[in-house]
Amino acid sequence: MSDPVLRLEGIVKTFPGVRALDGVSFSVMPGEVHALMGENGAGKSTLMKVLGGIHQPNEGHIFMGDEKAVMAGPLEAKAKGIVFIHQELSLAEELSVAENIYLGELPRKSFGRVDWSTLEENTNTILKKLNVGFDATTRVGDLSIANQQMVEIARALTVDAKAVIFDEPTASLTDAEKSVLFDVIADLKADGVGIIYISHRMEEIFKITDRISVLRDGQYQGTVNTRDSNEESVTQMMIGRKLDLSRNASHHELGDVALEVRGLSCGKLYSDISFEVRRGEVVGFYGLVGAGRTEIAETLFGLRDPSGGQILLNGEEVRISSPADAIARGISLVPEDRKGQGLVLGMNCRDNMTLPQVDDLKAGPFVAEGAEIAIFDQYRDRLDIRTPGWKQQVGNLSGGNQQKIVIGKWLSMHPNVLIVDEPTRGIDVGSKSEIHKLLRELAAQGYAVMVISSEMPEVLHVSDRTVAMYSGQIMRTFTSDEVTEDNLIQAISGIKSGQAA
Amino acid sequence: MKPGTLSKSLKSGAIWGFIVLELIFFSIAGEFLSLSDKAFMDWENMLLLLKQSAPIGIIAMGMTIVMVNGNIDLSVGATFAIAAIVLLDSMTWPIFAGLGDWVIPVAWLLALAVGAMLGALNGFIVWKTGVDAFIVTLGSMLGYRGIVFMFNGEQPTSHLNWTLVDFAEAEFLGLATASWFLLGVTLVIWFVMAKTVHGRNAYAIGDNREAAVNAGIRVGPHMMINFAIIGFLAALSAVVFYSESGSVNPNDGQLYELWVITAVVLGGTKITGGAGSVIGTFGGVIAIQLLRKGLGHIGADTSTVNLVIGLILIAVLILDRQLNVKGKEELKV
Repeated sequence: MSDPVLRLEGIVKTFPGVRALDGVSFSVMPGEVHALMGENGAGKSTLMKVLGGIHQPNEGHIFMGDEKAVMAGPLEAKAKGIVFIHQELSLAEELSVAENIYLGELPRKSFGRVDWSTLEENTNTILKKLNVGFDATTRVGDLSIANQQMVEIARALTVDAKAVIFDEPTASLTDAEKSVLFDVIADLKADGVGIIYISHRMEEIFKITDRISVLRDGQYQGTVNTRDSNEESVTQMMIGRKLDLSRNASHHELGDVALEVRGLSCGKLYSDISFEVRRGEVVGFYGLVGAGRTEIAETLFGLRDPSGGQILLNGEEVRISSPADAIARGISLVPEDRKGQGLVLGMNCRDNMTLPQVDDLKAGPFVAEGAEIAIFDQYRDRLDIRTPGWKQQVGNLSGGNQQKIVIGKWLSMHPNVLIVDEPTRGIDVGSKSEIHKLLRELAAQGYAVMVISSEMPEVLHVSDRTVAMYSGQIMRTFTSDEVTEDNLIQAISGIKSGQAA
Repeated sequence: MKPGTLSKSLKSGAIWGFIVLELIFFSIAGEFLSLSDKAFMDWENMLLLLKQSAPIGIIAMGMTIVMVNGNIDLSVGATFAIAAIVLLDSMTWPIFAGLGDWVIPVAWLLALAVGAMLGALNGFIVWKTGVDAFIVTLGSMLGYRGIVFMFNGEQPTSHLNWTLVDFAEAEFLGLATASWFLLGVTLVIWFVMAKTVHGRNAYAIGDNREAAVNAGIRVGPHMMINFAIIGFLAALSAVVFYSESGSVNPNDGQLYELWVITAVVLGGTKITGGAGSVIGTFGGVIAIQLLRKGLGHIGADTSTVNLVIGLILIAVLILDRQLNVKGKEELKV
């Protein structure tokens, strides 16, 4: 057996008051895809920063081949052949693909002029390898997110990479784009590159990785062969207990129709959408990114004007012109991008939770702080939000607790319809199941809940009925008895039932 | 101590520490360098300082709201000049001739209304067009100043009303009229920012505009109100100042916007919005005035004063950045 390309030995990293990494040791073999898993806060990011030379370990060593390697900074890590593909893209949108790939290392001619022809040639060679549908001169801002990620990967391929680290690379990719990414990973693998693959998505982990290493609270929990393991056992390593992902259907009586949509259309985004949500049920919306699900939610919340169709609330037709209007009618939206659209990160927990209703709570011209604290306390207890107190800045909470603040914000206003877009994106496994349980409980308490999700297990787990969308249209609505993974996948891929996959 | 606490308290207290430092420095340096034999920290001198802070200080309170909101207003100096002209000129209009001294409140109201309207116009354009406030108010800064020159060319506009001068020069409990206005405005704006829904929304919009929209806050009208407030305060500043001086040059108020922004930034308001405090701004205003006065006290000329304030502003921003980075580093786990 050959030597590992990268070996970590007893890495310890402490911050004031926290032992972020506590004796992490594992190795990555050439041509291996090595998954690194752990809940948020388990130490994955810190470990990556140690590898990337951003943090120096307090104890322990990194070996590359059989040489001890000290990463004094990001440039040195890159020079040693460690390359990162980050979840968040860092591209200059106004520049061309080629300029982005060779940013900082543009080939030059005399007098410091850029050698455009060499640049284009080199770039196209790399792009050909990646089998993408754009060329060196395309402006990066004109590319889809998936293609932008390909640019990041192309950038990684310009150096002689020994180890490539993918950090949640599929977070914003569609299934088709994912398979292209997996092909690229397979190519790297064939070239003998060691790959560390960080992801929360179990399906992918089991599809493409060879071994799995797990961190929990900064401690190394062990490495297992992917073949010899399963989702349940890995989850157990990550959280120390089992996760329930069984099907759920409401056993209680459903109430009246809270929201009905008839023939709703919005230009090219979606058309002829009809569905209803009753009190006491969770209706899941599943489809690929760009299928129009979020856009429907945005229309219902007054952020987009529909081009046709009707929206009925409690049987009465309404026109929703703004979020303020939607809120007044009892429609609430927990948005897809929690930090960008849902929370004011610099504000404390209480102020975030009462933000939409602070105007209703006021005493004279003044904010009624006492009433606000009472609301916060009530929903902190009800949703089990873990925070030292209401004064805590929301930006300092974990993803799961942040999401609960957003949900609590709307629940405290007793909405008619609660729309939740990607309820558990970027949230660790433990909090995920809490949020799922919460959504089920809300239905049991008589709320009408719409859940939009790109994760099939999640949709299957929380929904009473599942709406499958493809390219702006509803393909089929399933009851929880009818739905299977197979027929759901077929529906969202645009295949009518009965046809072969 | 929690991580970040130190940097936070350092930041919120920094401006007051800086003021103390200035006082000590100028008192000691004054002993050796000053030509007058009066101490720098003379009570009279400090009261005068408060009064001299008023024109910039009153506008700075409005700028705090606007900047917390994530906007900026560069047109305040020009608005200041227009309001001054309206105040002084309207007192001579024939239709008000029969009012006697009752022309004073009428002229005041007129000037304040014009200021609020000019501000609201800025806000309306920002709201309806979505163009950045920097660009909109850069345009209105030039435009409003143009109006000033159209009115009377290069000539000053003058009108002395002795009742008004008496009022402006009056003292109550030892404080000049202008000082009372500064303190009053500070108190009111502090209340608005710290205690009212409007203030809460201002922070929310500045920190995350999209989240504020999603919480049902009507961002456009909210911002327009803030621009109207700063326009009103620019006019109030002019009204207080020109009641006493009685003559306005068409160039008056130029560079006020920069002095005001400097004071607000020194006081700890984030240029990107979402954070800042009225009390901090008050400290910033005092600190600048102290510096101007102190440097004058030890015999430096105006150009030196500008150089020193410029250097201090940059130093403060660098320090602020360092403290921020340190706080973040500790939280990174």
